[in-house]
Amino acid sequence: MLAHSIFFYFFSVIAIFSSLMVITSRNTVNSVFFLILDFISVGCLFIMVGAEFLGMIILIVYVGAVAVLFLFVVMMLNVAEQKQSWFIGKKSTHIPIGLIVSVLILLELLVVVGGWKYKDDLMSSNTLNISDISNTHQLGLVMYTDYILYFQLSGVILLLSMIGAILLTFRQRKGVKKQSYFNQISRNPSSSIELKEVKSNQGVKIDD
Amino acid sequence: MIEIGLGHYLSLGAIVFFLGVIGIFLNRKNVIVILMSIELILLAVNINLISFSIFSGDIVGQIFTMLILTVAAAEAAIGLAIIVIYYRNKGSIRVEDIHGMKG
Repeated sequence: MLAHSIFFYFFSVIAIFSSLMVITSRNTVNSVFFLILDFISVGCLFIMVGAEFLGMIILIVYVGAVAVLFLFVVMMLNVAEQKQSWFIGKKSTHIPIGLIVSVLILLELLVVVGGWKYKDDLMSSNTLNISDISNTHQLGLVMYTDYILYFQLSGVILLLSMIGAILLTFRQRKGVKKQSYFNQISRNPSSSIELKEVKSNQGVKIDD
Repeated sequence: MIEIGLGHYLSLGAIVFFLGVIGIFLNRKNVIVILMSIELILLAVNINLISFSIFSGDIVGQIFTMLILTVAAAEAAIGLAIIVIYYRNKGSIRVEDIHGMKG
């Protein structure tokens, strides 16, 4: 499984580097681009390890929707030249404590991962589950039967977030002419057409 | 070293999670970068869930990953809407300037 390990190290090095660049880059637009690179490399990892459907979903949902949404907001708010930097400017006192807490979290996670006793029937990457039905088929078999309630609830969550985002950013401006559907529908010929008798050689006078 | 096991994927998830946490703690200029750090943390959780799901041969972990994806998308939409209206009202989204609830 030389190819598996080579590709794993390739994609994970790209993922770690780009997530480091997301939080340290001085320009917010660059951060969003590195976020996209991060999502793409992790999606490739998922496809490589055998979860093709979720890898593709990550590519579509994250790269296609969420990252582009971030990019829109960054460009709309004109904060791209508002350089973000950690150590320049006003002296802040919480940086050492934040560093200590973060490094402690990393060490704890690595200790847990390193000291893990694996179950005996855990597969190695040589004998990964290669079944005759595809990953998408397996997901559908479980998601639409046992987990149908969670599936529906996630749809409700998406609907609520859509309504919330629209309500939050909606505002009524003064002096903007809008279409009035009710007035448009409820007009009839008697109220909108006026018949005039035109005498010859005199024309008609349209009052304006 | 050659054999890639579950531990490698869990270590990758741990490192990405750590980078997301450090991005939240140390950022002082821009709220959007904090939202991106939250996305990084959720991505690390997804890596953990999917690697456990694959290496133990159980598909349910991938279902939960889909639920996390849904929640992450909803959270990004709501958070960015809040940032937009905050910028519209105050004209700045620097972290130092957001202290309206400080006593």
